Amino acid sequence: MSVVLEQIFQVGFLAAIIRIATPLAFATLGEMFSERAGVLNLGIEGIMLLSAMTGFTATSLSGSLWLGVLAAVLTGMLMGALHALFTVALGLSQHVCGIGVTLFSSGLAYFLYRLIFGQQSVPPNIKGFATLPIPVLSDIPVLGPAVFNQFALVYMAMLAIPLAAFVLYRTPWGLSVRMVGENPRAADSAGVSVIATRFQAVILGGALMGLAGAFLSMAQFNAFTFGVVSGRGWVAIALVVFGRWDPWRSAGAALLFAFVDALQLRMQASGLGHIPYEAFLMLPFIFTIVAMAVMSRNAVAPSALLKPFRREER
Amino acid sequence: MFRLEARTSTPAWFNLALPLLAIAATLILCSGLIALAGARVVEAYGVMFSASLGDSYAITETLVRATPMIFTGLAVAVAFRAKFWNIGAEGQLLAGAVASCAVGAIPMPGPLAMLLMAVAGAAAGAAVALVPATLRVKFKVDDVVSSLLLNSVIFYALMALIEGPWKDTFSGYPISPPIEDSANFPVLMEGTRLHVGVLAALVAAPLIWFLIARTTLGFRIRVTGENPEAARYGGINVERVLLSTALLSGGLAGLAGVGEVGGVHFQVMSDISPGYGYSGIVVAMLARLNPLGVVPAAIFLAAVMTGAEAMSRATGVPAFLSDVIQGTALLAMLVALLFTAYRIRRVGVAR
Repeated sequence: MSVVLEQIFQVGFLAAIIRIATPLAFATLGEMFSERAGVLNLGIEGIMLLSAMTGFTATSLSGSLWLGVLAAVLTGMLMGALHALFTVALGLSQHVCGIGVTLFSSGLAYFLYRLIFGQQSVPPNIKGFATLPIPVLSDIPVLGPAVFNQFALVYMAMLAIPLAAFVLYRTPWGLSVRMVGENPRAADSAGVSVIATRFQAVILGGALMGLAGAFLSMAQFNAFTFGVVSGRGWVAIALVVFGRWDPWRSAGAALLFAFVDALQLRMQASGLGHIPYEAFLMLPFIFTIVAMAVMSRNAVAPSALLKPFRREER
Repeated sequence: MFRLEARTSTPAWFNLALPLLAIAATLILCSGLIALAGARVVEAYGVMFSASLGDSYAITETLVRATPMIFTGLAVAVAFRAKFWNIGAEGQLLAGAVASCAVGAIPMPGPLAMLLMAVAGAAAGAAVALVPATLRVKFKVDDVVSSLLLNSVIFYALMALIEGPWKDTFSGYPISPPIEDSANFPVLMEGTRLHVGVLAALVAAPLIWFLIARTTLGFRIRVTGENPEAARYGGINVERVLLSTALLSGGLAGLAGVGEVGGVHFQVMSDISPGYGYSGIVVAMLARLNPLGVVPAAIFLAAVMTGAEAMSRATGVPAFLSDVIQGTALLAMLVALLFTAYRIRRVGVAR
């Protein structure tokens, strides 16, 4: 136990948690916006992968990191719009469309990456984001170097959480999002365009998923590999449930998952001898499943989640 | 002016027309990527066709490729009929592969080995599928997410095996020891890889069709999927039906893994399935969840996969085109399905 506690209060460990939590926080907030408007987006895994690819490629070709981030965000928005076209405008099954968007986006990411970079024995990499220490704050003992000496995208994620909460709970648009997710019929009567609001929420969600992808290929790994997302999108969907569709709780869930993930990485590195490292890799996924089992009984999803809205039908 | 109008029934030829429409739309859309890669579209698709369906050997190869997708397609079709959202066919396939490989490594007479491999593989797949079903029934956990997450868990378990106790000590590669020669599935045609598992898949499809369309369990599965409240009102134990569906679905997905071990690879490695579990979803949707339709749908996807590799060698277009085609086909089919619910009517404009 004391070994574990010692590791928890190491600067490196805290910094690792924050870094692992960042793409999850973006992805979880993105999925949350979409689901609060009543649209489950199972395309998240593929959207993150395609955004990671376009972001990496744009940076690799232009040399500009922020152009890469922009490309990733636009990719996310575009794929969000595609998912909304199928599920919101056409009212098709959200489950199957999401899987379709993931298969399509992943296939496209692999295809375009191979087309642009060919088959290379050593995968090309970029000079990714460097850490950006915040003056004064980064001098705080332990917390400073762990939290305030991070990539710019990490700070963006930290700001995104209160911003998401503000937008969702304190703005007219956020109210519309919650209305179309809970009771689209009433929202429609109140003059809120259900279709437009859902489109906007899913596209905003896509933008956030794009940021998650950008972080992976441009700050964490500085390269695009086919396993760059490896299930983080699915985890984000679980974290939204775990976080009860609330920005703060969802971000908290991302942080908790990151803690488990960072812990298993440490345990792997410390070489707990005979235990195969795959057992540790499994741990975050099993943790997520168990967490969902504990939380789901009392979890209340947005009432209109999965339900398409057609104005003429009653 | 055009208007969408609700449709009450669909003509039978829709079952054939809609997938063909979706496939045609997919090939047209994806031709843009071929052009982007600098190849001639007609030539590329020509190579794809001749390499997958052009001669008898190519056809046998495509059938071998289609076999795991027939099983996963059936697994998904059965599950989706009950609205049990089993996205975990990939993990169930892997579990089936591992279990059948363990059994196949035990020396015993061939037919017995094959039987026990199938039983073990199906049981392993069923056991894995039972997890998301139980979590949904008992804890209200969303089955999509749990079955997806479980895929990663099973994959790492497989990796732990082949990088641990099963690791090939001779070569050092992360592959399991081969199964006994006597456990290798017999080949049906000399000089091809057409193994007995292919035949099993072709028999399984009509059997599952019969089960769904003509038996009590099939009826319960359909009613549970279409209207759980009505099912409950009619005295059907919906929870039990979901669990039975999971066992059936997982068992079928497990058999996909059995066929790959017994008939194709004779051992387990990390890339034993290039996403056959996920392809099963595409197959099932193209088949409109009809077990009989699963066979041609799986053959189509298999032809795309085999053909894409040959196309890549001949024209330089990345073989990943087959992944794009799969995703596009799924989305195109969903859009095509709109025609079953609605018809487009020309409406006179009032003057």
